[in-house]
Amino acid sequence: MSWTDLQKSMASEAYIASDDLAIALHLSINLGRPILLEGAAGVGKTEVAKVLAACHQTQLIRLQCYEGLDAAQAIYEWNYQRQLLSIRAAAEDGQTGREVEERIFSEEFLLERPLLAAIRQPEPPVLLIDEIDRADEEFEAYLLEVLSDFQVTVPELGTIRATSKPIVVLTSNGTRDLSDALRRRCLYTHISYPSMEAELAILHARCPGVEARLARQIVGFVQTLRNEDLEKVPGVAEMLDFAAALIGLGIADLTSDPTLLHATLKTLLKTQEDQAQVTHEVTARLAGRAA
Amino acid sequence: MTRVTRFAGRDPGPTARVAGFISHLRANGLSLGVSETALALDALTHVDAAVPEHAKRALKAVCAGCREDADQFDALFDAFWMDAGRVKQRMAPGTTKGNDAVHSSRHAKGDHEAGDAGSASAPDGGQGDAESDGEGKLVAVEIRNLSRKDLRDLVRPEDVAEAEHVARRMGAALRDRRSRRRVLSRKGRDLHFRRIIRKSLSTGGEPIRLIRRTRPDRSRKIAAICDVSGSMSVYAQVFLSFLGGLMRADPSSDAYLFHTRLVRITEALRDKDVMRGIGRMSLMADGFGGGSKIGGCLDQFSRTYAKSFVDGRSVVLILSDGFDTGPADQLAAALERIRKRGAKIIWLNPLKGWRDYEPIAAGMAAALPHIDLFSAANTLDDLAGLEPELERL
Repeated sequence: MSWTDLQKSMASEAYIASDDLAIALHLSINLGRPILLEGAAGVGKTEVAKVLAACHQTQLIRLQCYEGLDAAQAIYEWNYQRQLLSIRAAAEDGQTGREVEERIFSEEFLLERPLLAAIRQPEPPVLLIDEIDRADEEFEAYLLEVLSDFQVTVPELGTIRATSKPIVVLTSNGTRDLSDALRRRCLYTHISYPSMEAELAILHARCPGVEARLARQIVGFVQTLRNEDLEKVPGVAEMLDFAAALIGLGIADLTSDPTLLHATLKTLLKTQEDQAQVTHEVTARLAGRAA
Repeated sequence: MTRVTRFAGRDPGPTARVAGFISHLRANGLSLGVSETALALDALTHVDAAVPEHAKRALKAVCAGCREDADQFDALFDAFWMDAGRVKQRMAPGTTKGNDAVHSSRHAKGDHEAGDAGSASAPDGGQGDAESDGEGKLVAVEIRNLSRKDLRDLVRPEDVAEAEHVARRMGAALRDRRSRRRVLSRKGRDLHFRRIIRKSLSTGGEPIRLIRRTRPDRSRKIAAICDVSGSMSVYAQVFLSFLGGLMRADPSSDAYLFHTRLVRITEALRDKDVMRGIGRMSLMADGFGGGSKIGGCLDQFSRTYAKSFVDGRSVVLILSDGFDTGPADQLAAALERIRKRGAKIIWLNPLKGWRDYEPIAAGMAAALPHIDLFSAANTLDDLAGLEPELERL
C-alpha cells in the first residue's frame, strides 16, 4: 500500500488528509515508529487515529492523558482485592505460602491498562495517546520504554514483549514542551488549519447533503472569521457543527437572515469575549464577504 | 525554477548524500543523531524518492521534531537538493528573520549563538560605576527617567534559561519544608492503617480498600521585588533574567518591578515566549533606570499586593541596593508590615559584594532589623550560591 492508497482509504472514511500527513502516517506504519501530531485544537488530530483504525479495520485503544496520570492507570496494576481473597481462600485450603505467592502474581491477577493492552492484542491495534502534553514529565519517561521497544516490564512477572506492534499516534496541543527524547522517537507532523479547498472537501465529505454554494459560503465565512482577533479560533470540528446548525435551521444563504446567522455563531465562538467581539455588524460583514 | 542538485562524479552515492543532508540540517540547528540518518534512508525506500515533493515530505516527517523545525525544513531541503549545487542564501537562523515586531525567543537565541559569546552571568564590563573601586558616589535620585529602555536589549534568552535553572534550585531549597503530619491522599506513599482497619469492618475484617496518605508539601511562595532604578541598572540584566527564570520555574511565584512606581510583572513574565514576555515587561516598566523610591513602593506593596499574595508561607525577595530618596522610617514600617504577615524577607544587595561595604545608606540601615537574610548578589553564580543559606532559613 503506497501513501496515496492510504490517503484514498482515509478519504473514504471521510477524512481529508494533506500530503504531508498522509506521507508521515504511511512512514509511521511502515517504519513502526510512533507519530506525534501537533496543532491547534479542533484541526482533527484525534480523528486521525479513529480513521486509521477504521481504515485498517482494527481496534482503537485510547489513552487520554491528564495531570497526575501514572503507571497504574496507564500500563498495568495488580488486582489487589482479588489477590487478597485468593490468599484467604488458599489459607482455608491449607496451601503453602510459596504456591499462593506464585499464583497471586500471575497474569490472572494483572489488570491491563491501555498501554499493556495495546501491545498484547493479536492484531496490531491503533494506540492513541491523546494530549500527551497534559501528562507529567515523569509519565513521558514511562512511555519511552513502551514506544521504543514495545515492551513492558512488570517486576514480578518479567518483561512482556509485544505480540503485535501497535500503530501509535500521539497528539499534543503544545501546552508544554515535550522532552527531546520523546520527540526523537517519533515522526512529527504539524497539522495547521486547512486551506479553503481542503476545508471544502472536508465539509463535503462529512455533510454530503450540503449544497455547493452554501458550502463555499460556510467555509469562506469560517476562514475569514479565523483571521479576526479571537481568543479561541474555531477549528474544523466547529465548522462542521456550524454547517450542521445551518442545515438544521434550513438556511440556504448566509446573507438571508442575519439574526439567525448570528444566533448560530454559538457553534463557532466558545468564549464570552469572542461572542461579544463578533457583533451583528461584524457577522453581517463577514457573511457579505463570504457570499 | 529550481533544479535538482547535480552532485560531482566522485560522489559516493545516495547514502552519503543523505548523510550529507542530515549534517546540513544539523549545521542549521536541528538536533539529529546517527539513528535519524538510518531512519531517513529507510523512510526514502517507502516513498517514491525520485519525486522531490515526496522525498521532501518523507524526510520532513523524520527530521523535524517541532513546529519551528518543520517551518524551516522546506527552505533547508531546497538549499541542499534543489539548487544545482549553488547556495543562494545563507540558511543560518540568524538571517532568516529580521522581524522586530515579534521577538521569538528561538530566533533570538539563534542570533546570539551566531553573534557574541559574552559571559552569561557577569554584567558586561566597562558599562557602569560598579566596575571602578568605589571612588564614584552612588546616590539616589528622584527624577523619573522618561526615556524608554527596551529591556530586550538587556536580557537574552540563554540568560533566562540559565536563570531558570538557578531559580528552580532556589525554589526547591525554599520549598522543601515537609510537614511531619500526614494527610489522606489518593496516591500517597504509605498506608493509612487506622482508616483501613476502620473500613475493613464493613467487609468482615478484610482490608479490601487500601487507603493511602502522604506528607503534604509545605510549599513556599516567592514574591520577588526588583529595583530597576538608575543605580541598579548595571545589575538589571542578571536580576531580570533571574525573575524571568523564577517565573518560569515556579508557577506560584510572583514578581514586581519598582523604580518610582511599583509594577506587577508576573503575568508578563509568564508569557510562553521569553522575549515577548520581556518585551511586554518593558512596556510596563516605563521609567526604567530612573530614580528610586523604595520605601514608597514597598509601602504600596505591603498595603495592596501583599494582602492577597503574601502569607506565612511566603518569602519576599527584595533585589535592591537600598539607595532611597524617601524617608527611611517609611521603608522600615513597610518591611515591618510585611513581616507581620508572617513572611520571611530576604534582601539581596549587589553592593554588599564590595570590599568594606557597610550598610550606611539610611534606608538600608533602617531596613536591616526587619530582614531575615541580607546577602550579596551580583551574578547568577552568587544567586545560585545562596541555596544553602535559604535551606537554613
